[in-house]
Amino acid sequence: MTATLSGRRATKRLNKQLSFNPGRPAWKEPASPLYGTIKAIIIGGISLSIVIPLLLVISTSLADDEQLIAAGGFVLWPTHPSFAAYQAIFSGEFMIRALGVSAFITAIGTFLALFITITMAYATSRPVMLGRPVLLLVLFTLLFAPGLIPMFLMVKQLGLLNTVWSLILPGTFAAFNFVVMRSFFMNIPAELIEAARIDGASDFMILRKIVLPLSKAVIAVVGLFYAVGFWNAFFNAMLYINDQTLYPVQLVLRNYVVQGGSMAEAIGVTSTPPPQSMQMAIVVVALLPILIVYPFLQKHFTKGVITGAIKG
Amino acid sequence: MLLMMIPGVAFLALFFYIPILGNVIAFQDYQPFLGISGSDWVGLANFVDLYFNPDFWVALRNTIVLAVWQLVLFFPVPLGLALIVDSLVSNKLRRWFQSLVYLPHFLSWVLVIALFQQVLGGAGLVNNTLRDLGMDTVPFMTNPDTFPLLATIQLVWKDAGWAMIIFLASLASIDGSLYEAAAADGAGRWRRMWHITLPGLRSIIVLLLILRIGDILSVGFEQFLLQHDAVGAGASEVLDTFTYFAGVVGGGWSAGAAAGLAKGVVGALLIFAANKVAHRLGEPGIFQKKVGS
Repeated sequence: MTATLSGRRATKRLNKQLSFNPGRPAWKEPASPLYGTIKAIIIGGISLSIVIPLLLVISTSLADDEQLIAAGGFVLWPTHPSFAAYQAIFSGEFMIRALGVSAFITAIGTFLALFITITMAYATSRPVMLGRPVLLLVLFTLLFAPGLIPMFLMVKQLGLLNTVWSLILPGTFAAFNFVVMRSFFMNIPAELIEAARIDGASDFMILRKIVLPLSKAVIAVVGLFYAVGFWNAFFNAMLYINDQTLYPVQLVLRNYVVQGGSMAEAIGVTSTPPPQSMQMAIVVVALLPILIVYPFLQKHFTKGVITGAIKG
Repeated sequence: MLLMMIPGVAFLALFFYIPILGNVIAFQDYQPFLGISGSDWVGLANFVDLYFNPDFWVALRNTIVLAVWQLVLFFPVPLGLALIVDSLVSNKLRRWFQSLVYLPHFLSWVLVIALFQQVLGGAGLVNNTLRDLGMDTVPFMTNPDTFPLLATIQLVWKDAGWAMIIFLASLASIDGSLYEAAAADGAGRWRRMWHITLPGLRSIIVLLLILRIGDILSVGFEQFLLQHDAVGAGASEVLDTFTYFAGVVGGGWSAGAAAGLAKGVVGALLIFAANKVAHRLGEPGIFQKKVGS
């Protein structure tokens, strides 16, 4: 045990030495105490402004009644963590169903969106017939939006109102993600694809066996963007969904936290914890999936965004 | 390959190009039960009504006020942040700070407003503390007069870190030997920033300004809809929420479509105009005659 630990520590140290750290360039003077302090205040202040609200909702959702009452409603650190608020919101079916709806639209939506974006981006990234006009069709969507009312009428016309598909289908393609994906595909050497074609591979085969394995990073990034978009979608839900059983989490969040609707009766729970911590628990439920996937994907996204933004 | 374009083209047709055609109801007296083919054509009457509708002008004014606030207060923040982050020598601190400031971008507007409410709202952390100290509470979240400032702060909190990425990328692409040469010639940090860093960022700044100006009529939707009740329509009604309330809520389908169409067309024209100005300034802008790569 100790051997592996110290071994791990040694590897870590070695990695640190090997990793590229240019340090301060010779020409760059160290910050003067004044500028150093100003910089530290700015960086510290910004960090706190992000950490404190998140800590506040998580802690308050976990605080027990006594502490909450003693602290006047807000807790920055729960002394006796309790899951009573979570038990309460999950005691009725309402919240579980909302989570299910959100999970469903996120999973199916991301899959469909990636499928459409990848096929379209790959096809237009190669010199093929109709490639250019189709590219222009996509880029035009960046300039002009059809508008809210015509979109609503279209969704209604297709009979999608009050179905989960109204939350999925309109969001399955985003020009920005397409541009990121396409510029990545354009960097794949044409020789590689030519070679596969000479060996008799079809377009779909080439996409599946050669292009996709090379593009894992960009797929992760674009997939994350889509997934976050679907998880966060509130407006479409408000527009297209009336049926309470189809509410996604964001709509629940708005109705019972932002607008402060009475949760206990709507959600169908017998409210024992203070409403404050139940509200916070809903906030945390909406927040948690993002916090969970974020660390895994954030190392990719700078690169992904930059390829899209600079080359697009 | 043609086969691969089918899903995408089908999507564009269904959820972009056909709805664009649906904008014709802006020139109709659209009745849902009659449909587009059955409704009467009224020419420009809906636009004329809009012109005489005071609510529309309130929405337009709010939109422009908010856009100006965003331009003045939001736009420089990511640039400043990027300069600060770029000046950090410690890679560890840099990475750690970057991951943290990117995070709010991935939170939904509902969450952001909920978080702001919990901190600044009437029953929120700050006002609770003020009450405990025996001081007057401050209606941060419900005061229509200060709403533009609040909305801009919310936007900065959510997206400034994310908007910084693009500046960081262009900072990284500036040739380091320029700095070295300038330093050898005796240029201090401010001179180097003025003569190397900022010119190096010039084209990206122009590009983002164009995009921002083209988007000036779209200040955001969810953010304002969510706070519509709290601060009232007088301060938070923007063109997008106007379209929603007039069209979907009020049943004035044609009026809503007219407002949306006017907004879309003006927005597209603004992008073209701004792009033209960028070309005059000798910058590449967003698109040249030849669109694409």
